[in-house]
Order: sequence, then C-alpha cells, then structure tokens
Amino acid sequence: MSLPMLWFILIAVLWTGYLFLEGFDLGVGMLMKLLARDEKERRVLLNTIGPVWDGNEVWLLTAGGATFAAFPLWYAALFSALYIPLTLVLLGLIFRAVSIEYRGKVYSERWTSFWTWAMALGSFLAAFGVGAGLALTTTGLPIDQYGDRDGNWLTFLNVDAVIGGLAVVGFCLVHGAAFVMLKTDGEIRHRARDFAVRLMPVLLLPIVAWVLIVQFDNGKWWTWLPILGAVAAVAFAWLNLKAGEEKRGFLGLAVFIVLGAAAIFASVYPTVLPSTLNGAWDLTVHNASSSPYTLKVMTFVAAFGVPVVLLYQGWTYWVFRKRISTANIPDAHKIIAQVGDGRYAEGAAD
Amino acid sequence: MDALDIARWQFGITTVYHFFMVPLTLGLGPLVAIFQTMWYRTGDEHYLRMTKFWGKIYLINFIMGVVTGIVQEFQFGMAWSDYSRFVGDVFGAPLAMEALLAFFIESTFLGLWIFGWDRLPKKLHLGVLWAAVIGSILSAYFIIVANSWMQHPVGIELVNGRPRMNDAWAVFTNNTALVAYPHVIAGSFAVGAALLVGVAWYHLWRRRADGVDTVDADGRVIVGDHPEIPGRDKTDHTVWIKSLRIGAVVAIVAGIAVAITGDQQAKLMFQQQPMKMASAEAACENGGALSILTIGNLRSNSCDDVTTLIAIPGLLSFLAHGDFDTDVKGVSDLVPIYQERYGTNLPDDPRLGARAGQEISYVPLMPVTYWGFRAMIGFGIISMFGGILAWWLTRKGTVPSATWLMRLGVAAILLPFIANASGWIFTEMGRQPFVVAPNPTGIDGVFMFTAAAVSPGVSAGEILFSLVALTLVYGALALVEIGLIRKYTRGGVPSAMPELVQHEPTPEERRKADDVLAFAY
Repeated sequence: MSLPMLWFILIAVLWTGYLFLEGFDLGVGMLMKLLARDEKERRVLLNTIGPVWDGNEVWLLTAGGATFAAFPLWYAALFSALYIPLTLVLLGLIFRAVSIEYRGKVYSERWTSFWTWAMALGSFLAAFGVGAGLALTTTGLPIDQYGDRDGNWLTFLNVDAVIGGLAVVGFCLVHGAAFVMLKTDGEIRHRARDFAVRLMPVLLLPIVAWVLIVQFDNGKWWTWLPILGAVAAVAFAWLNLKAGEEKRGFLGLAVFIVLGAAAIFASVYPTVLPSTLNGAWDLTVHNASSSPYTLKVMTFVAAFGVPVVLLYQGWTYWVFRKRISTANIPDAHKIIAQVGDGRYAEGAAD
Repeated sequence: MDALDIARWQFGITTVYHFFMVPLTLGLGPLVAIFQTMWYRTGDEHYLRMTKFWGKIYLINFIMGVVTGIVQEFQFGMAWSDYSRFVGDVFGAPLAMEALLAFFIESTFLGLWIFGWDRLPKKLHLGVLWAAVIGSILSAYFIIVANSWMQHPVGIELVNGRPRMNDAWAVFTNNTALVAYPHVIAGSFAVGAALLVGVAWYHLWRRRADGVDTVDADGRVIVGDHPEIPGRDKTDHTVWIKSLRIGAVVAIVAGIAVAITGDQQAKLMFQQQPMKMASAEAACENGGALSILTIGNLRSNSCDDVTTLIAIPGLLSFLAHGDFDTDVKGVSDLVPIYQERYGTNLPDDPRLGARAGQEISYVPLMPVTYWGFRAMIGFGIISMFGGILAWWLTRKGTVPSATWLMRLGVAAILLPFIANASGWIFTEMGRQPFVVAPNPTGIDGVFMFTAAAVSPGVSAGEILFSLVALTLVYGALALVEIGLIRKYTRGGVPSAMPELVQHEPTPEERRKADDVLAFAY
C-alpha cells in the first residue's frame, strides 16, 4: 500500500469517526427542539452528550488538520471553494458549542430558550454544511488547473450538495434518537424510539441517494459489497430499535455509517476532488499529497496517536455509561451576588 | 480594500480574539489543577472551594477558546489557499499533531473532569484534570512550532519552488519556537495570575466594606463571618487571601520569566528578522540607542518624517547583542539589502490580481511595530509590579479598604491581556510583507509574500461576509462571556458550589439526592 493511499484511508476513517461520534451530538442538538417537551427533558438530552461532545468534535479538527498535512492541495482547494458554506458551518459549531456551556448559566426562561434554538439551529447548520461539503468533494466542484474555484460563491449550491446536506442531517437525527434511547430513561426514551422507528426510512433516504450517485458515477464492482452490507445493517438496526433492543440497534447504525462511508470513499478513490470543468484538473491522492517524508512522519504519529485516542475516548463512554432521566437532573439555581450592607441580595446578579 | 486586506483584517481580528481566551486557559488551568492537588493532599475545605470557583471561571472561558480555535484551523484553507499549498508539506503536520496528540486529550479529559466529580475516585478525578491541563500546554507547543516556522523556516529543502520537509526534528526544535514557547507560557501565567489577584481583591474588599472582616490597630486582619450570608464564612476569607497571595507570586515569577525569555527572543529576532526589530525601534539609521519616545509621522513609514526625542544610548545594542557598542542596522540600511535579496517588485503573476508587479514595501507599519513593542513591554512590566504591590499591600492578611485601589486591582486584570495581544500584533505585523519570513541563513527561495498567500478563487465580498459575521458574533459572545464571568465572580464561591447556599437537606432529600448528578448542564 502506498503512503498516499494509506493517508486517504486514514482521512476516510477520521471523517467516518466524526460522522459516527458527532452524528449523535448534532442529532441530540436538533432533537432538543423536536423531541423534548419540557426544560427537564431538554436538560436530559443535553446531558447525554455533555461529557463527550467536545472530545467528539476534535475528530473534525483532526480530519481537517490531517487533510492539510497529508493532502495540502485538497485542503486548499476544497476549503477555499466552499468559503461561504464553511463560514456557516463555523457559525453553527460556534453557537452549538457555546450553547452547551452557557445555556444553563443564567436562570431565565428567555436565556435558555434562546440557547436551545442556538443549539438546534447550530447543530443543523453544522450537519448540513459538513454533509454538503463531503458530498461535493465526492461529486466535484468547478476548480481550475491551480485548484482555485472558477465561478462565484454560489457554485457550491447544487443537487449533490443538498442531498449530502440532507444525508448528514437525516443520519444525525436517527443516530441521535438511537443514542437518546441508549442513554436515557423515562418517557423521553420511548419518544425517541417512536421517532427513530417511524422516521428512519425517510431520514436515511438522502444518504442512500448519495451512496448510489457516487456508486453509479465512479463505483467499482466490489464497492457494491459495502453497500449491501450497509443495507443489511440498517435493516438490522431498524428491526432492533423497533423491538427495543437499543444496543443492537445503535450498533447496526454504527455499522451502517461505517460501511456507507467506506462505499463512498472507496468508490471515488483515487480522486479526492474531481473538477467539473476538466478531468485533467481532478485532484487525486497522487497529485495532491504531501511528500513521502512528511507522510512517513505523520504515519508514525497517527500509528501511535489514533489507538491511544480510541482507548481513552472509549473509557469515557464507560465512565458515563449510566442512563439518565429527569430524576437525575439537579434543579437550576440562581447565581446570587454577595453584595451590600450584609443583606443577601437575591437575584441581584441576574 | 481588496480580498487581501479583508482577509488580513479577518485573520488579525479572529486571532487576537482567540488569543484572549487561550492565555487564560493556559495560565488558569495549571493553577486550578494545583488547587485541586492541594485539596487532595490536605483535605482542606478552602482548596476545594478554590478549585470549584476558579474551575468554573476556567470553563466559562475555555469554551470560547475552543470555538474560536476551529475558525483558526479552517481559515488557512478558506482564505489563504495559496499559503496552504505553499507550506502544506511542513505547516500542516504540527496542526494535525496538535489535534491528534494534544487537543483530543484536552477536550476528552476536561469532559471527564466536569462530569466526573461523583463518578471517578478522587485521585483519578485529579488525574484527569492534570491530563487536560497538560494537553493544553502541549497544544500550545505545536501551534508555536507552526508559527515559528513562518518566522524562521527550517528543516526543509526546496523542490519545484515549494518547501519540502526533510528534517522534522529541526522543525520541532526550531530555535525560534524554543524561545517563543516559554515566552508565551509565561505570558499566559501572567494572565491567570492577574485574574486571581483582581477577583480576590474585589472579594476581600467586599468583605471589609460589608464589615465582615476588620483590622486591628496594627492593620492586621480580624477575620469575621456573616451568618446570614451563606458561604461568607471564615473559610471564604482564606479562599480569597490565598488566591490573591498565590496570584501575586505567580504574577511576579511570570513577569520575570516573560522578561528573560523576551530578551532571548529579541536577540534571536535581531538576527532572524532584522527589519522587524529595526521597525520596532522606528530606528532609521544604524545606531545603538533605544528610543523611549519617537515622534513625527510614523504612519508615513518614511524615515524623513520621524524624530527620536528621548533615547538611551547603547541600550539597543545591549538588547540585540549583549554589549553597548555594536551598532544595530537601521531601516534605511536594511531596505536595499532586502531589495537585493528578495526583489523590488512582486512577480508579474496573474494569480496576484491587481497586486501583480507592485512595488514591495519592506518596512512594516512602523506605528504598529513601534507602539506594539512598547505596549507589550510596558503593560507586562506594570503587571509584574502590580504583583509586587499586591503582595506588599496584603501582607497583613487582607486588602486596604480603599475603593479606588480595588477598582485598580480589577482593572489590572486587563493588563497582561493587552500585553499579550500587543506582542502578537507586533510580531505578526512586524514580519510583513512576508507571511513566511526568509531565513537569512536558510535556503534561498523559501519565503512567501503575504500578497501571494490569499485564496485567488475567493472574492472580496465572500471574505467581507465572513469578516462581518465573525466579528459581530465574536463581539456579542465577548459581551456574553464577560457578563457571565462578572456574574459568577460577583456570586463568589457559592456560584460554583450551590451546595453552600442550600439549606441542610432532610434525610428524605438526601436519599433522593443520591440519584442526582453532581453536575449537569
């Protein structure tokens, strides 16, 4: 196996890891608006991802950084061509993350309701943008021989981008609901199950469309194998979620996203960003990669780093394995300034 | 303004903003970890309160560092695609390693710490905080390595006009990084220390103003407590006086460390980027005097328009070379050297757009470098002396009752922030017109003009959109963060430990409480 190929696989793994882990974070973020009925339930949802979301988000940074290090021309072309959508992704991620930390910090309904919206819309924007970007790097952008975008800021907006965006949003919603089933107890757990079982066939349609588009455009005969596997996995997931077998259902979804992403990345290999203007300007693992020396250095780093990350992140999930329900959520409390002439000034700091 | 100017403004604004949060994370994190270690070792209640209170402030700030950091990583590819193409073989590696080897640790273990109070054994819970803190300190190293390569490219060969890494060890032990890193870490401790001093000062002052604490005839503190206000007991006094005294010591030590490492860095910079240092002095002619006040039209960037009014003879030579006689090259002498080595005009490349063929100005913006350099040093020194003063004034166990002194102490929190920002603005603006400065003893041809680094395919309008959007959102979030920190600060320890203000639980409540999370968002 050549080094550029190895790094292509590694970057595919990082993106898949991101979709798998942040998939439920972003899904839970959106479900705060769709699934929860009251403040305690919203907080249950928030706290299912509370301890882990930040570590999950680093998968995105690692995928971005690894693309920069291993395929600088891919990174430069893709990120600059998608300038506006990525700006929106950044804004979405900013609002999502700040919302998690700040939402409960002021004792006021207006405040929490603003940050709930920020959480839901931020998660949606991030999921949609990442999906659109990933779809476009598999189906192509109008880039010239230097890798610069030819055309205005709107050139990204096409059917593929919308399908990719909806694909990741849809997957996040299903995956998030399955995660909620796995991590909560009480009414919300049942509502998550209804949501997942009823809407899964619709919500996963766009991702299937994306996989098939890529397969029919560039697929090899053997990339049908992961596709078939993914279909089997998603059927398995649906049946188990329906039967209330949450662990198996969640596992099925995991296999589904891993095989689905594998099918997409394997189909487009060795192209990393096709040019819709001229096939000769396609960026591939060969013409976009760093030098063998850099790739070798990075390979040593990754061979050490990735397993260690998997170990301690895995441990985190074990530490926080307990289900939570509304009964576990402590009451919100006011932050009170210790001020004045010895009086205990209630609410003075709000 | 064209795309280049807008992209530079954006990078400047987002980076300076990011670096308000980062030094607080880097500086406060280890202090919180030390407090928790002391609590683990001694079991003293006040250390637990210190851990919880400062830990809460740390987290409110941490999140802003996280979200603004993502923008940094994306920005290289989005707005600076030609830069990313040129340097990708070297520059991407430390960024990827930062994420994989450091930021993962920081983020994952901090999550464990936040939610782990009742889930992890005490020792392990302390361990995860240290892991997160070490992750953040490590993360800074990778970023400094990346930045230092832009200041002083090493460990490379030139292949097809692009630098190619051939010695990773050289990149990661770049002497520029080795001196910049301790400078940045020391500067960060100064930030954490100033916050400790300022906030603790406020609370000690408050306790005196409210008549909780009093002083005897010698000015020694008589610690009191206030039965009606939960959390305002004698331990509360210990929390603040310890925080203040520790903060003052850290401020002093960090100040000295900043000065020593800054001096080393300056000496190196006189060799590596003489123009940056000459313009830091607005030094037009060769000489050895350090300017204290230079007036005239610095903005014109022309040596005919500036006059040095006050200068200390020989000091500049001493800063640069360690003796008082060796002349330091001035701007007028350096420009022809730069022109000869790196050309007088930008290449006639259509990819540079309207800037193709333009004349290159090798002199950085002198008002920025001159005043940035002085603001960095000045505010840094004031901050260190503030630490000494705070130490002296609180030797009898509390702060003076003067309100203006308290206000000064709180305002002084800003000083090291400004010093840090000024230092970065100076060093980055002082590197212009290069984004990758040429290494005078390195390989010919490994340098890049900022004008050639911007994304050729992205329009000015797009970058303007993101500049406006990010600036507005950052501005609003700055208000939110400062508001929250103010609120939690005024709330004192109970804002991070609600259990202090809640009434004694009944047995029934206590049983129920076993199921309730120690912390939840």
